Amino acid sequence: MTEQEALPLATRLWFAWLCLLRVLFDPAFAARAWHVRQATALPPAAPTPDGTPPPSPERGRDSKALAPKPAERAPGTGDGALQLLSLLQREGRLVDFLQQDIASFRDADVGAAARVVHEGCRKALRAHAEIAPVRAEDEGARVQLAAGFDANSVKLVGDVRGEPPYAGVLRHRGWRANRLELPQVVGAFDAHILAPAEVELG
Amino acid sequence: MSRFAIGIDLGTTHCALAAASLEGDHRPEVLGVPQLVARGQLEARPLLPSFLYFAHDSEGAQALPWDPERRIAVGAYARARGVDAPARVIASAKSWLSHPTVDRRAGILPLGAPEDIEKISPVEASWRYLEHMAEAFDSLHGGGDAALARQDVVVTVPASFDAAARELTVEAAVAAGIEKLTLLEEPQAALYAWVLAMGDAWRKQVRPGDVVLVVDVGGGTTDFSAIHAVEKDGALELVRVAVGDHILLGGDNMDLALAHAVGRKLEAEGKVLDRLQQASLVHACRAAKERLLGDATIDSVPIAVAARGSALLGATARTELTRDEALRTIVEGFFPVVRSDARPTTRARTGLTQLGLPYASDPAVTRHLATFLARQAAALGAPPEGTRRSLLHPTAVLFNGGVMKAEPLRARLVETLNGWLAADGAQPARVLEGADLDFAVARGACAYALVRRGRGLRIRGGTARAYYVGIESAVPAVPGLEPPVSAMCVAPFGMEEGTEASLPPHELGVVVGEPVRFRFFGSSVRRDDPAGTLLEQWNSDELDELPPIEVTLPADGRREGDVVPVRLRSQVTEVGTLLLEAEPLRPLKVDERWRVELSVRGES
Repeated sequence: MTEQEALPLATRLWFAWLCLLRVLFDPAFAARAWHVRQATALPPAAPTPDGTPPPSPERGRDSKALAPKPAERAPGTGDGALQLLSLLQREGRLVDFLQQDIASFRDADVGAAARVVHEGCRKALRAHAEIAPVRAEDEGARVQLAAGFDANSVKLVGDVRGEPPYAGVLRHRGWRANRLELPQVVGAFDAHILAPAEVELG
Repeated sequence: MSRFAIGIDLGTTHCALAAASLEGDHRPEVLGVPQLVARGQLEARPLLPSFLYFAHDSEGAQALPWDPERRIAVGAYARARGVDAPARVIASAKSWLSHPTVDRRAGILPLGAPEDIEKISPVEASWRYLEHMAEAFDSLHGGGDAALARQDVVVTVPASFDAAARELTVEAAVAAGIEKLTLLEEPQAALYAWVLAMGDAWRKQVRPGDVVLVVDVGGGTTDFSAIHAVEKDGALELVRVAVGDHILLGGDNMDLALAHAVGRKLEAEGKVLDRLQQASLVHACRAAKERLLGDATIDSVPIAVAARGSALLGATARTELTRDEALRTIVEGFFPVVRSDARPTTRARTGLTQLGLPYASDPAVTRHLATFLARQAAALGAPPEGTRRSLLHPTAVLFNGGVMKAEPLRARLVETLNGWLAADGAQPARVLEGADLDFAVARGACAYALVRRGRGLRIRGGTARAYYVGIESAVPAVPGLEPPVSAMCVAPFGMEEGTEASLPPHELGVVVGEPVRFRFFGSSVRRDDPAGTLLEQWNSDELDELPPIEVTLPADGRREGDVVPVRLRSQVTEVGTLLLEAEPLRPLKVDERWRVELSVRGES
């Protein structure tokens, strides 16, 4: 489900007014609201992963960007990963491709299918993520690693021994996701459905 | 007090919104519009596809953060559903809004919708798009005195929209709650955006005497305008001197034509595509077109169309689109080199038309342009003594619309235009570079909202047409002959916002208590007729017949069935619409007048 973001005061006032009217005049809405009220107590505001307090409602208004905040979600729920799979399936048929047995097909068939997957997934990836090489040098170039280099972003391979600084050859530039924004989930949504079955009527 | 200046591009295929804070740096920024991109998935994108989807009951609500109960979806998801459930989706509402022979306030869309859908009018569809953008804006800025409804809002319309289509656009905006509204023509918005992008440097590129031709080819429509730069009291002034006809021809037609060509190749190989595959073929062709026309080093682009089932391998049809095919289909098909006296053919074409909308029957943008320039040859007044001028002579070209991003199309258009100009003894026109073609209209509309507050240069122009009421002569009926009609000018060409035309001397008789209709005409070339001019005859290409106008005099104080002599008074409102009122010669009370309805359903 969606993350619980604090609403600005003006929105809450407007929403309270709306709820009042609808509870009074819309029996179905009143029943649903009653049900929600009983079924789930509001969870406490969760701290962000680095331990800072949750964002204040004012945050959005100070932001320069006119775009809304991307969905932020607690790590480990898996919804984000499912959503990404669903996105790559929707735009580039990735799940279809990986689920099919490739062995019995000719390279020409694989090539034709790969074009569909590549074009769609590439477009989706570019629209939702910003991916850049970890190292700017060309592969094959000699690079120096000073003491205290980040072992997360650079992996030593080959004859690994001794103390930094190291001199070596860049074999792979690495990739870093500078940004990943997934669509925000609204309404009833089951992240486990990567692609709905399609039934054509008529 | 407004806190933002807002420009909205209400397009045939896409909408966009740009906003500038009046407290900050006044820089128009394009808004990321939150919209459903798939079921239950919301994303902010700068373009809002102009599609509206009526969800079936089984699908439940199409929740938005600001309305969990919404039953319709607007934007990218609606467009996607247009492929797999087309009868539930409205597309091209704007073309219906300017359709002269349907009742544009009646629930007619989607065409052929199933019974569970309560159809809506073209006006309401436009209203829903504006409403979505307003709600999106408010969800980011908190509503209240920052609510979009309370800001200075400029909504763009094609320059070729007639008075009725403009009024219907205003109705849609008012229904969406917009209080402070102004209309602006899209080509003018493109020029404002270019001026904004150039900064002060624009004055070096446009000089007194220049005639800027704005060529706007969007997804669904093609629109031409000419803007004249003149020196007045030592300062540069821009005056829009001519607009073209409404042409339903755009990038979508080009993609369809390519898909048609590629589909034939697949058929020749025995691969038959179903309707959904056809739609993905059109997408693939659009992407291939952009690559081929955007990069001269690419010789061909592979096109692969997947089958609909979950099997991809072995079920994907593959072919390719070569550079030669793309150039032949798009450049030669839509931008052929033609002479300046070439005119669009009216032969019906297959593959480019869809039931209901009056699509252009000739796909050649160059022939439509030749027609525009020839019709407007006298837009700057008569040529100097002893010279001949068969065309309006632009000195500069500003491109707008996504289609014109392709360099080969720009080059072909400029080459063709300059050929005509050379043959007519004029200097070649140059291209005004540096325009952003996707968001120029929204940005330019926002810039215009700022101009109206006194920041920057304003393009003048007034109404793009003169308007006439048809008066039937009282002659004995002759079988097979229509009674002769004369046309009385009620609103002259170039009336500016907030002005009123003098009252014409001729009277019309209106029957009390029943709606009375008059034939109505517009002219984009007769620029010197003052209000009251009576035309006994005219050339068929001078006046276009518009949907009739209608006035109903209430019976209070008069006897039903009496004929009351009235005169028609016209004014252009601050919003930018034409207001016609019938004023009785013998009023029963002070300032007695009745509003004349412009957009009455035509006789179809």
